[in-house]
Amino acid sequence: MGAVTQWFNDLTQWFNDRAPGLGVAYKKHLSEYYAPKNFNFMYYFGSLALLVLVNQIVTGIFLTMFYTPTASGAFDSVQYIMRDVHWGWLVRYMHETGASMFFIVVYLHMFRGLMYGSYKKPRELVWLLGMLIFLALMAEAFMGYVLPWGNMSFWGAKVIITLFSAVPVVGEQLVTWIMGSFVPSDPTLNRFFALHVVAMPLVLLLLVVLHLGALHEVGSNNPDGVEIKKHKGPDGRPLDGIPFHPYYTVKDLFGVGVFLVICAIVIFFEPTVGGFFLEHDNSIPANDLVTPASIKPVWYFSPFYAILRMIPSKGFGVLALLASIVALFLVPWLDCGKVKSIRYRGLGYKVALTIFAIVFVLLAAIGADLTPGWIVDIFGPNADITSIENLFGRTLVVLYFGYFVFLWAYTFFGWEKTKPVPERVTTHD
Amino acid sequence: MTDKTCRASMRALAALLLALVVALAASPAAFAEEGGYPDANINVHDQASLQRGARLFMNYCVGCHSLKYMRYSQMAQGLGLTEKQVMDNLDFTGAKFGQPIVSAMSEADAEKWFNKAPPDLSLEVSAKGADWVAAYLKSFYLDPATPSGWNNTVFPNVAMPFPLWQLQGEQVAVMNPPEDGQPATVKSLKLAHQGSMTPAQYDRAVRDLTAFLAYVSTPDELPRSRIGAWVVLYLVLFTLFALVLKKEYWKDVH
Repeated sequence: MGAVTQWFNDLTQWFNDRAPGLGVAYKKHLSEYYAPKNFNFMYYFGSLALLVLVNQIVTGIFLTMFYTPTASGAFDSVQYIMRDVHWGWLVRYMHETGASMFFIVVYLHMFRGLMYGSYKKPRELVWLLGMLIFLALMAEAFMGYVLPWGNMSFWGAKVIITLFSAVPVVGEQLVTWIMGSFVPSDPTLNRFFALHVVAMPLVLLLLVVLHLGALHEVGSNNPDGVEIKKHKGPDGRPLDGIPFHPYYTVKDLFGVGVFLVICAIVIFFEPTVGGFFLEHDNSIPANDLVTPASIKPVWYFSPFYAILRMIPSKGFGVLALLASIVALFLVPWLDCGKVKSIRYRGLGYKVALTIFAIVFVLLAAIGADLTPGWIVDIFGPNADITSIENLFGRTLVVLYFGYFVFLWAYTFFGWEKTKPVPERVTTHD
Repeated sequence: MTDKTCRASMRALAALLLALVVALAASPAAFAEEGGYPDANINVHDQASLQRGARLFMNYCVGCHSLKYMRYSQMAQGLGLTEKQVMDNLDFTGAKFGQPIVSAMSEADAEKWFNKAPPDLSLEVSAKGADWVAAYLKSFYLDPATPSGWNNTVFPNVAMPFPLWQLQGEQVAVMNPPEDGQPATVKSLKLAHQGSMTPAQYDRAVRDLTAFLAYVSTPDELPRSRIGAWVVLYLVLFTLFALVLKKEYWKDVH
C-alpha cells in the first residue's frame, strides 16, 4: 500500500462524495457490465465504430482550423492543408480514410446483428437506435463529401439534393430551399459545413449514447443467441458473463491494434485506394459547366445508389431507395422467428442471408460503375452494356427486397425448421 | 454440430471479406486497364528522374501552365536541391523562393491568345492518372484541320499545340479506311521526322516529366512512404503486446 495508492483512493473517495453517480455509471457500463464470454470476430466492430467516431471528431476539429467554407476558397484550403499545414496531409488522410472505414465497420456491425438476431426481442430499440445512427452517418458523410468542393463534390451534391424534387407538390421548392440557391453554391457549402461540423456530430453522439444505454439495459446478445441473464450465480452475476472491463477492454484493444495496422497501410501507402476512397474527379475544382464522365457517389453509398439507378422512374427510384433503408428498420418485426442465432436457424435463413450479403456487394459494384467493365470482359466489346446491366441490376434489386419478404413469410408461416438452442453459451475465447 | 455451423458461417464470411479485399486490390489495375493506357512506369522516389522532369517542365511548360499549389521552396525539398540551384536553374519567372510556381503569362493574355487559359497542372496526375499524362504527351500528331496544326489521339482536338515537338519530332497519323458516312479514324501514329531525341530518349523524358507532375500532385507521397513503414511496424508491435495482455487477462475465463 504505497503513498500513490493511498492518494488515488482518497481522490476516488473525494469524487464519490461529491458525484456518487460517477462510480455507479462506471460499474454499470464497464466494471460490472456482464458481457457474454463467447463473443467472436464479428463483435469487434461496435467498439471500432466508436474509435472511428472519435478519430473523425478529433481530426475534423483540426481540419476545421484550416478549412475555408466558401465556394471560392474551399478547394484551395484543402490543398493548403495537404501541402502547407504541418502534418496536414496526415490529418486529412486520417479523416478521409476514417470516413470509409466507418462504413466498412458499421456495415459489418449491422451484418453481425442480422447473423445473430441481435435485433430481436428484447433488443428492438437497440437496433432502431443503431439504424438512426446509420441514417445520421449517411447524412454526415454526404455533407462532408461536399466540403472539399471538387467537381465530384459539386455534381454529387447536385444529383443527390435534386432527388428531393421527387417529393410531390413542393419538390422543386424543397430543392431550392435545401441548396439555398438554384445550384450548389456558397449558401449550400456554408450550411453543409455547419451541419457537418456541429449539428450532425451532436446528433451522432447523442444517438451513440442512447444506443449504448439501450444495449446496457437489456444486455448484449451473443453468437449463440442465448440470454445469459437467465442463468445467474448465487452472487447475481450471469454465469456466462464476464465484466466488460477488463476482459473486453483488453480484447478490443487487440482488435484496435489489428484495425489500426490496416488503416495505417491505407493512409500511408494507398490513401486514394485506387479512386475509391478519394475520387480522381475530385482533384478538379467544382465546375458547373463540366460534368464528370460518370457521376457516382463514394463507394459506401453505391449499393443504395444502384437501387435508385436501376428503377426506370425517378419517383419510384427514390421510393425504392427509401424503402431499401426503411426495410432494415423493420427487420425486428418482419422476422417472427423465435431463434436468434444463425447457428440454430433453418437452412433457408442461412441461404437467404448469404445471398443478401452477396447482393449487397454486387449492388455496390453497380453503383460504383464497375459493371460496364465486367460486362465487356464477359460478353465481349459489342455487348449491349445498358440492357445487360439493367437485367443484372434489377434482378439484384428484386433479390434485395426479396430477402425481407422471404424473412417474413419464412418465419410467419412457420416454414423455418430450427435446431434446438442450448441453455448456455457453447464456446468462449 | 453447432461448432461446425459456426465455422461454416465464419468461413463464408471470411470468403466474403477476402472477395471484397481482392476486388478493392484489383480495382486500381482494372482502372488502369479501363483507360487502356500503357503503364507510365514512373518512380517518384527517383530524385534524379524528378529533377530531370522539373527541368523539362521549367523549360517547356511553365511558360503557359502554372503549378500554383507548389512552392519553389517545397519543390527544392522534394527534389533534394538547394535554394541556389533552384533559383539559378529552375526559376525563370522571377518569383521568390517561397512563392508558388505561377506562369509568367497572365490569364487575360492567355484568354486572348488561346481562347482558353491553359489549365493549372498542380493536380493533373491526381485527376487524370500518370498513365493518361504519359500517353497524352506521346500522342500528338500533325493535323492541318486544327487551328494549331496539331491534334492528339488521347485528347482529340486539344487546344494546345505540341510544345515538345523539337524533342520528339513530328508524328503523323495513319488513318483507317473511312467507313461509309463516318469520318476516318486514326489507326496509329508514325514518326515522320525525328526530333533531337531518339524514341527511347523521348520515352524517358516523358517518364521524367510525368514523375515530376505526379510528385507535384501528391508531394505528401515522399514523407508518407518514408515514415509509413515505421508506423506500421510500431502498430504491429503494439498489437502483439495487446494480444499477450489479452491472453493474460483471459486465462481465468473458463
